[in-house]
Amino acid sequence: MRFSGLKILTEGLTGNKGWGPHWRSPEPKPEYDIVLIGGGGHGLATAHYLASVHGITNVAVLEKGYLGGGNVGRNTTIVRANYMLPGNSEFYSHSLKLWEGLEEDLNFNVMHSQRGIINLVHSDGQRDAFVRRGNMMRGQGDDAEMLSPDEVRRLLPMIDYDQTRFPIFGGLYHKRGGTARHDAVAWGFARSASDRGVDLIQQCEVTGIDVEAGVVRGVQTTRGPIRAKKVGMVAAGRSSQVAAMAGLRLPIESHVLQAFVTEGLKPCLDHVVTYGMGHFYISQSDKGGLVFGGDLDMYASYASRGNLPLAEHVAEAAMTLMPVLGKARMLRSWGGVMDMSPDGSFIIDRTDIEGLFVNCGWCYGGFKATPASGHTFAHLLATGQPHETTVRHRLDRFRTGRGIMDEEATGSQHNLH
Amino acid sequence: MRIVCPICGARDRREFYYQGAAVALERPAPDAGDAAWDDYLHLRDNPAGDLDELWSHDAGCGAWLKVTRNVSTHEVKAVRLAGGAS
Repeated sequence: MRFSGLKILTEGLTGNKGWGPHWRSPEPKPEYDIVLIGGGGHGLATAHYLASVHGITNVAVLEKGYLGGGNVGRNTTIVRANYMLPGNSEFYSHSLKLWEGLEEDLNFNVMHSQRGIINLVHSDGQRDAFVRRGNMMRGQGDDAEMLSPDEVRRLLPMIDYDQTRFPIFGGLYHKRGGTARHDAVAWGFARSASDRGVDLIQQCEVTGIDVEAGVVRGVQTTRGPIRAKKVGMVAAGRSSQVAAMAGLRLPIESHVLQAFVTEGLKPCLDHVVTYGMGHFYISQSDKGGLVFGGDLDMYASYASRGNLPLAEHVAEAAMTLMPVLGKARMLRSWGGVMDMSPDGSFIIDRTDIEGLFVNCGWCYGGFKATPASGHTFAHLLATGQPHETTVRHRLDRFRTGRGIMDEEATGSQHNLH
Repeated sequence: MRIVCPICGARDRREFYYQGAAVALERPAPDAGDAAWDDYLHLRDNPAGDLDELWSHDAGCGAWLKVTRNVSTHEVKAVRLAGGAS
């Protein structure tokens, strides 16, 4: 089934009875060329690109819960390419280009909205840093422009400019940044992969990884053993548990990151706004809710909910930046389990076990990476070679010190990113 | 979440700074080799259950504490001074 304007019109006139399920629910086969552990955004994207770019369709995605039930359904939906570290900047640039063609590629409306991201500037030093970042983004081939205080005032009338603890001296404007409908991203990749022959197997938890003489042979699952020539681990916050089944320890700690949404309001905020001084960022969803978040709870956690101190901190930042937010009622808060790496950058690499590959370490930035994570992981699985945008994202970079991408200049150390 | 400091008693999480898994107490010898140091600095068990952690009672007595905590339920199961005095 393909979506088209005509199809939607016809269905609308005939009671919407012609829509079927968007993907198959097959029984697992005894053997696949490639098994992916984890049916979240990155796993489903990997399956899509394995099938569409490399023609590899004898693939299973194993998901212990339901498709897209993890972090791809628990984020704040922001898409951007405003990195400046070599390694990450070209990767996220690649990802944004994939986002820009994603809806046509998937024939699915992921509601990608390039509404622009504005990073607010509060001091001369921060302005210098953002001018440099903007120049590096432009040098990378992406877009960036500096806004004057008057230009920020015109675009963002909701902000308290006069009494704020941190006066606003301007902003860095990344016009191609924006948001996307997070669940639709998972569903679009799932639908495309399934249509091309990939088996998406839900309620199927991997309970063991079979390794013989240093070579991966398959996996044990709650729905029986499945043999595989190659296995890709794409389990985000649960990566350490999956890798432990193959006897591996990863450079990962799992932390919880909270987000919040208000009741639906009339359109009042056209952009994504970041307020670095308060570790706060905000945008308005298409349903009208103001979606915002802050920093990690700052201790290891697998609980998909946050703590009160951080909720208070985020609320304080919100009230400092936009006191009008105090009039809105908070509808929900939630937490996602983040796979934090020591340098704040991700890992896409082979492991020491032949045929076993790992994709993890997304810290709090996995959503915008979804298409490129899938695209480059599929490249590695299919060809055995890293994609040109992930050559630095090696598993052993912390041991060797080569190619560390220290996102926050805090050193390659846990708990500082 | 509250942590019972052996010196100060039960205190709110806000008074404590988090260092991470208590591996810092097992520092390798300087010449132990890159694998041992990689293990110490970067690789983690990262369990979804009980974990020994280091917390500092920054806004209290300043002591370093070794805390056994379930990282899925946030239940604090044991607290002792990291130096081993309690």
